[in-house]
Amino acid sequence: MNMIQAINSAHDVMMERDDRVVAMGEDVGFFGGVFRATEHLQKKYGRSRCFDTPISENGIIGTAIGMAAYGLRPVAEIQFADYIYPAFDQLVSEAARMRYRTAGEWTLPLTVRSPYGGGIFGGQTHSQSPESLFAHVAGLKTVIPSNPYDAKGLLIAAIEDPDPVLFFEPKRIYNGPFDGFFDRPVTPWAKHPKAEVPEGHYTVPLGKAAVVREGEAVTVVAYGTMVHVVLATIEAEGIDAEVIDLRTILPIDMDTIEASVKKTGRCVVVHEATRTGGFGGELSALVQERCFYHLEAPVQRATGFDTPYPHSLEWAYFPGPIRIGTAIKKALEV
Amino acid sequence: MTSDIERPNRPALSLHVPEPNARPGDEIDFSHIAIPPAGSVRKPDVSASPAETHELVYSLVRVLDDEGRAVGMWDPRLDPDQLRRIYRDMVTVRIFDDRMYRAQRQGKTSFYMKSTGEEAVAVAAAHALDRDDMTFPTYRQQGILVARGYPLRDMMCQVYSNRADPLKGRQLPIMYSSREYGFFTISGNLATQYPQAVGWAMASAIRGDSRIASAYIGDGSTAEGDFHAAVTFAGVYRAPVILNVVNNQWAISSFSGIAGGELTTFAARAVGYGIAGLRVDGNDPLAVFAATRWAADRARLNLGPTLIEMFTYRVEGHSTSDDPSAYRPKNAGAAWPLGDPIARLKQHLVLLGEWDETRESDLLETVEAEVRAAQREAEKQGTLVTSSIEFPQDVTTMFEDVFEEMPWHLREQQAQMVAELEAKRK
Ligand SMILES: Cc1ncc(C[n+]2csc(CCOP(=O)(O)OP(=O)(O)O)c2C)c(N)n1
Repeated sequence: MNMIQAINSAHDVMMERDDRVVAMGEDVGFFGGVFRATEHLQKKYGRSRCFDTPISENGIIGTAIGMAAYGLRPVAEIQFADYIYPAFDQLVSEAARMRYRTAGEWTLPLTVRSPYGGGIFGGQTHSQSPESLFAHVAGLKTVIPSNPYDAKGLLIAAIEDPDPVLFFEPKRIYNGPFDGFFDRPVTPWAKHPKAEVPEGHYTVPLGKAAVVREGEAVTVVAYGTMVHVVLATIEAEGIDAEVIDLRTILPIDMDTIEASVKKTGRCVVVHEATRTGGFGGELSALVQERCFYHLEAPVQRATGFDTPYPHSLEWAYFPGPIRIGTAIKKALEV
Repeated sequence: MTSDIERPNRPALSLHVPEPNARPGDEIDFSHIAIPPAGSVRKPDVSASPAETHELVYSLVRVLDDEGRAVGMWDPRLDPDQLRRIYRDMVTVRIFDDRMYRAQRQGKTSFYMKSTGEEAVAVAAAHALDRDDMTFPTYRQQGILVARGYPLRDMMCQVYSNRADPLKGRQLPIMYSSREYGFFTISGNLATQYPQAVGWAMASAIRGDSRIASAYIGDGSTAEGDFHAAVTFAGVYRAPVILNVVNNQWAISSFSGIAGGELTTFAARAVGYGIAGLRVDGNDPLAVFAATRWAADRARLNLGPTLIEMFTYRVEGHSTSDDPSAYRPKNAGAAWPLGDPIARLKQHLVLLGEWDETRESDLLETVEAEVRAAQREAEKQGTLVTSSIEFPQDVTTMFEDVFEEMPWHLREQQAQMVAELEAKRK
């Protein structure tokens, strides 16, 4: 399965098991979503469980909150993460605080899916990575898978989670892992061990990172597309790095990171979102706070630049093997 | 679940989800569309109160009849030269679209969006505005630039993101911007331009200027909160703005019913906000011209905004990334009962004795040649063929224009990127 199929399968499994699960969003119904993540669901479960919505992200999230308040488990798609901002108020002021402000009287088992990130020539309005904005909001969980197996297991866990979860899908790797070298084609998932995705129900727990490669020299923390670019980089550079796929942005699995950094004594954080105020800043602060006496070098960051995403220059913008390799070497220098 | 609870005296509720009346494999059916005869709709005085227009929001302003005659009160009585200029601009847009669509298929750029069948709503309306009125378009009104004489080569350079792209390769293809030509920058985020247009018009009023603004939005995008904010502000401040809703009946795969088009017309949105409204045959260039001129006159006379629904049909796919045969009957566009705006204007000109096949083939030849020449010139400046080392333009420009002055962190990142490229070249 590729990642889109895995996400489709997660919907299918959950809609089959639980008639409270509904899928909604722009073009989600008959068409099955512009990336086809909800294909066949309307046919199988009917129009009142999988439907198109008006082009109103604010309306989508606001009504999904109402549905969750009723007791449904809505899975709402925002067509591109760049279009989640019109719904920002509903997410930040409403969904995030519902449990807290009502002392648990109202809870919102709501999942918001959205393709995010660059590398497909989407220009500045189809490429952004907004995860740190949501990590800054108390009460929202944010998940970013890096492979089909995790995507399905994490999405099922998100749908089953009693709290609102933002589920950002790295669209650059919907079809296969991506190594960050422009002149190498995207490998289809079929050739990848992580493409083995069970048909039925399973979960990958939220809030748990994965050590995707063990190593001694340096810890590299990444998520989404960047996990693959990091793996390709350390392979190309022959570095014995330990690679952590964060999988959940919030709550952060600090135990896994801490254990690894205490072992390697060095840490590099990689994401494609802009650098300043990005999630890498939070991660490096946490590492300094908890591992300061184990660190042999300052924590390094390899990230997107602090500019909007430029359509024709995205291959210079995107953190590729050179940028990541440079950061890793810097962390290894001292 | 609560629905399992027995409430014997009450019926079970059910959710209504609108569906179009034909899907792939079905016979295309436009019989539900009421089309009043051309010339049948009353034209109110420009100084009419908004309420006097409100019956018009449920009708359809049409000027050209089936034979190509211009009939009724809305006939703008344009002289043949002006009709020919509008015709030529619409033909240019169509040929341009076809060329750029092919360029995308040839891998010279990443993306393209055609406006096939919707040329009149941009071109004829642009002809009815003053050259210095400001337009706030969507990605389907490239016709405004063409009508205002913007160089085709520069439009293509934008589509190619090449060295001569006025926007330095930063925007998606077709997201043009030209202050000089009164064409506000297109956003990928739908509907955001609508309140901005109202604000521009309010500013013009604040400063005692005489220029007006004209905004465009798709039927699907009227569901966005920004649409409603815009119409509220426009009404409250009587902003000198024309608010066009281009109802081409599809928003990617969602039909207009999903945006509320099944309940009422888009023009009728004007009623609830207390502003003037018109519903116009968007495939009738004369009706588009007349309605735009009427709304522009009202705005100039400080009589406030007009919301115009341009009723048309999206003949082609949403974009080069879309395959409409997956969600609607094939050839739906060809069956659209209000015809093709270009063919209709041609028929009118022929009927007037102002056009013939010789002039037609001359025009097609000239415009084809013009577009081809522009393309040749544009491609001399490169196309969007890029690698991780070779880019269609100077990569250091990426850090410019974030702010007027480049702060230290961007200078640092710029240097970092230059070093990366050097490392890659080795
Ligand atoms: C805020 C926002 N949400 C979603 C999208 C994705 N999107 C791009 S175009 C489009 C359909 C717009 O339809 P409509 O307004 O009817 O205009 P048309 O394309 O038919 O001219 C959608 C949903 C977007 N660009 N911006």
